[in-house]
Amino acid sequence: MPNAPDRVLFQRILFTAILLLLPFAVDALLGRGWLRIVDFAMLYIMLALGLNIVVGYAGLLDLGYIAFFAVGAYCYALADSPHLALAFPQLFPDGVHLSLLIVLPMAALLAGGMGVLLGAPTLKLRGDYLAIVTLGFGEIIRIFMNNLNAPVNLTNGPQGISRIDPISIAGVSFNATQRIFGITFPSVHLYFYLFLFFAMLVVFISRRLERSRIGRAWMAIREDEIAASAMGINTRNLKLLAFAMGAAFGGISGTLFAGFQGFVSPESFSLMESVMVLCMVVLGGMGHIYGVILGGLLLALMPEILRHSVVPLQQALFGKTIIDPESLRMLLFGIALILVMLYRPAGLWPSRVRRRELSTDEKTR
Amino acid sequence: MNLLELSGMVKRFGGLSALTDVSLHIGRGEIYGLIGPNGAGKTTLFNVITGLYQPDSGEFNFNGKSYRSAKPHELAKAGIARTFQNIRLFENLTALENVMIGRHVRTRAGVIGSIMNSRATRLEEKACRDRAGELLQLVGLSRPHQTLARNLSYGEQRRLEIARALATEPLLLALDEPAAGMNPTETENLKSLLEGIRNSGITVLLIEHDVKLIMGLCDRVAVLDYGRKIAEGVPDEVRNDPAVISAYLGVDVE
Repeated sequence: MPNAPDRVLFQRILFTAILLLLPFAVDALLGRGWLRIVDFAMLYIMLALGLNIVVGYAGLLDLGYIAFFAVGAYCYALADSPHLALAFPQLFPDGVHLSLLIVLPMAALLAGGMGVLLGAPTLKLRGDYLAIVTLGFGEIIRIFMNNLNAPVNLTNGPQGISRIDPISIAGVSFNATQRIFGITFPSVHLYFYLFLFFAMLVVFISRRLERSRIGRAWMAIREDEIAASAMGINTRNLKLLAFAMGAAFGGISGTLFAGFQGFVSPESFSLMESVMVLCMVVLGGMGHIYGVILGGLLLALMPEILRHSVVPLQQALFGKTIIDPESLRMLLFGIALILVMLYRPAGLWPSRVRRRELSTDEKTR
Repeated sequence: MNLLELSGMVKRFGGLSALTDVSLHIGRGEIYGLIGPNGAGKTTLFNVITGLYQPDSGEFNFNGKSYRSAKPHELAKAGIARTFQNIRLFENLTALENVMIGRHVRTRAGVIGSIMNSRATRLEEKACRDRAGELLQLVGLSRPHQTLARNLSYGEQRRLEIARALATEPLLLALDEPAAGMNPTETENLKSLLEGIRNSGITVLLIEHDVKLIMGLCDRVAVLDYGRKIAEGVPDEVRNDPAVISAYLGVDVE
């Protein structure tokens, strides 16, 4: 009978092995297109975890979160595409092509700064009012991206920025098949590992913060801001910190997104995307890291699963397509939201504490 | 020197003058009572002292420093801790976490330290957890410390609030009606808890309606009525003060 630490170690090794083999399994069983979808799901998980800091821990409802994703994405797009060379030939004759390792911290910092910028005027707002202001902020960023092609063409407007360099680290391009130790790694596999690394990093940081003095202070603000300040918590600084941390994670995810997709345009950063990320957090289980990961996975994969199953299913049953997958998706999504809010208001996989809270609610009812 | 000195405190809400020219001082190690009919301005005075309200005018000195427009967290750091009349715990956090949050102002771990989980952070976290456990013992919370605050009984929530306030290492502990809704046994326990707190060197400021508790516990008592201080002194003096009697019972009109 192995003792507890051994078992934990075994579980971790098993878990790591599964994650490392996952791209090969998905590739073999479902095809490469699905692995690409999984890669996108990882980006969404990072986003959801970032928003979880703001919404789940500090209790600040943010409806414009996708703006930070946009900031990260445009950061990388500008720093690693021919766009600047075309728009400002005198300034950047050869364009800028910075390494991801430089752009990533820059984007995280810039997005974090934007987070503070959003946080500062909204310090006194809570709940619905905060949601409206953050929603406005998200739209402002998107509209800026949409219109900043004149008088100076910074973002290329609605056409977006294309021909973005694929991510490459230390001369190894992620856009080509690489052979390492005799194993062939196609591009999507490489991106999977890259995103996995950053997603794990975000999980790690979230976990450490959750159980720290900082995380407790955030939760105190979420529970009762007045009591928190009376206990000596500087609510202003900690709320700004939450906005900045969440935004920085969003910026990292956006940077990776731009490198992966090779193209960014304002329409990827619509309000609907903010709502989607918020739903991942709420459906999964606000304030619970694994719940949020589950929420992110479900909501990122569900539309694709529908797309691949609904049409063939209808063809087989009725011989024609009656409901197109896109409208079915919104229908199912709406129903799912209602059901979750009715039967699992703390989310599909709430944290232990929240689950306990829920069960006592039922008892006292 | 006095721990807390207020002079000429004025606080208005629109046309309503909640505090009019209130002056008082509290010496170190005292238990100071604040009584008065409902709406007399006791809680307003509390909120001014703890930084939730900014006074319109008046001097506010604590521990030798002026704190006229200080924020609540600055006053908590300076050493004023409070409880609330309508309990304000962090309901969905555990009892232990509630008290640990009280340690926030006396601990230092920042973002980097927390992420790195450095040795200093781990030691501080352990000390914080241990101290929180001790304080829960001190106020006599017998339930598992992992119980959610919202699931505690009313009396336990009141005591948890005191433990949370004590965790900030206050010089002045301000309690807003700690005995409200308690039965006589619980009130008796509260009384001995407060005496213990005073004996450990913490000054106590107490708002209370339970006159027996106030008279048996306080060194000095001030009476507020319509935002004015109408009497101050040792309990026996105040009890027989005609102004106090008329404020509580009304005046004879004959």
